[in-house]
Amino acid sequence: MANLFEMHSLSASYEANTVLQDVNFVVNESDFIGVIGPNGGGKTTLLKVILGLIKPSSGRIIFNFDLKNENSIGYLPQIATSDVNYPVNVTDVILSGMMISKKIITRMSSADRKKAREIIDELGLSGMEKSSLSELSGGQMQRVFLGRAIIGNPKLLLLDEPGNFVDASFETNFYGKLKDLNRRMAILMVSHDIGMISSHVKSYACVNRKLHYHPSSEISNEQLLAYGCPIQLITHGVVPHTVLKQHS
Amino acid sequence: MEGNIFQYDFIVKGLLGAVFASITAGLAGTYIVSRKMVFLSGGITHASFGGIGIGYFAGFNPVVGAAIFGILSALGVEYLSVRQKIREDSAIGILWAFGMAIGIIFIYLTPGYSPNLMSYLFGSILTVTNADIIALGIMSLILIIYFGIFYRTILYISFDESFARTYSSYVDIFKYITTSLIALTIVLNIRMAGVILVLSLLTIPPNIAMLFTKVYSRIIMWSILAGFIGTAAGYVISYFAGIPVGATIIFTLVVLWIFVKIIIRIVTKLTKDYIMSGSKNEEETN
Repeated sequence: MANLFEMHSLSASYEANTVLQDVNFVVNESDFIGVIGPNGGGKTTLLKVILGLIKPSSGRIIFNFDLKNENSIGYLPQIATSDVNYPVNVTDVILSGMMISKKIITRMSSADRKKAREIIDELGLSGMEKSSLSELSGGQMQRVFLGRAIIGNPKLLLLDEPGNFVDASFETNFYGKLKDLNRRMAILMVSHDIGMISSHVKSYACVNRKLHYHPSSEISNEQLLAYGCPIQLITHGVVPHTVLKQHS
Repeated sequence: MEGNIFQYDFIVKGLLGAVFASITAGLAGTYIVSRKMVFLSGGITHASFGGIGIGYFAGFNPVVGAAIFGILSALGVEYLSVRQKIREDSAIGILWAFGMAIGIIFIYLTPGYSPNLMSYLFGSILTVTNADIIALGIMSLILIIYFGIFYRTILYISFDESFARTYSSYVDIFKYITTSLIALTIVLNIRMAGVILVLSLLTIPPNIAMLFTKVYSRIIMWSILAGFIGTAAGYVISYFAGIPVGATIIFTLVVLWIFVKIIIRIVTKLTKDYIMSGSKNEEETN
């Protein structure tokens, strides 16, 4: 199984504040990794280092595919940083994912448009091709941004807290969709909600300044504590100790 | 005879000026309105007045001074906001007043009376030279080519800049180029509408267009048309009423905006009534 990238004793910091320290991490082609950890622990920073938005302060990241010439990474940001009132429709937003390979070339081919139509159907957005973002629900908007992330058929898909917006009616569908996508791309999914993702991911990366890789989809509270990666389970109501299956 | 030549010159200049002003303002205006940089553009406009003052004082073309000041302040604000070292709105506010202050200081230091000051503040077709018209014409061409080639790149960068950064290392370069072109557009239109009013020439037409379309390219087209109607009508009114052209253009544009808004409201209501009174409403949105 070919690996996509390797991080070697990588650190990243904002000014004097070290957010990631001495991280060693390998991601393989068919991985589906849940990236968990407390707020401010460096989950989003990890994604930004992979995307090249933040340069490591020490150590390095080695990609085993050509970053420049392929639609190599698809990215679904945490909060839609875009303005929903901006004059752009669903098809245009999804097409903007093609820019990953095109850089600054500006014409979209009919093949690109065909692909956008397929993605729209696939994500259950048919009939909204011409809608502007302000006309969509949070969940629909999230699907549009997922469409933008996957239209280029990337080798690696980065999802930052996708659960925040997914509406209940599409939730099962959404994770099912991710399972399909995982057949052709590796997925790294950041979430603060382990309960939500535990039945979908294949392994975990616990990030709290340091990164601990847990090569199983089952993880206990004790293990999380041992990783220095406390997760607050308050949102899970009366469940007293852990919401996860114990190792059998 | 001489009156005829003067009139002919006025009409040609006015017509060409209206065409080029509406093209440049439509393209630049759609960009600044959809990217929500109206306030930044106001800062650029007023900062450029400093260049006008220095131009007067040092005896070179004030438009050149304004262009230099406009571009430098635009790049400065974009740079500061990229580095996030300062609150952008405060930076613009400071720049805005500082530019005006420099302008006033140098104009008062210039020996003799400055008859054109009012024309820079409020615009005047009478002081617009052939060179100004040619410059606006060239600017129209540059903007049409630039937006024509890089339409999608510009659209996507201003829609979601942080996402654009994940795939392109050209984001900053594009922002700087586009903002410089916007600054030049503003400066060249100052001759028409004046420092104080030029911003409305850029912002009102896209807002008229957005009343009935949400497609970026169509907003540009309708903005140019709305801008032309406002500018041309403004000229005519200004000519016959003998009032400054900048003010009449803006007045006409705002009236046009209100007019279109009312028309659209009436049409929407009539359509709704028609559907309601017609057969069962089959439209069902999920």
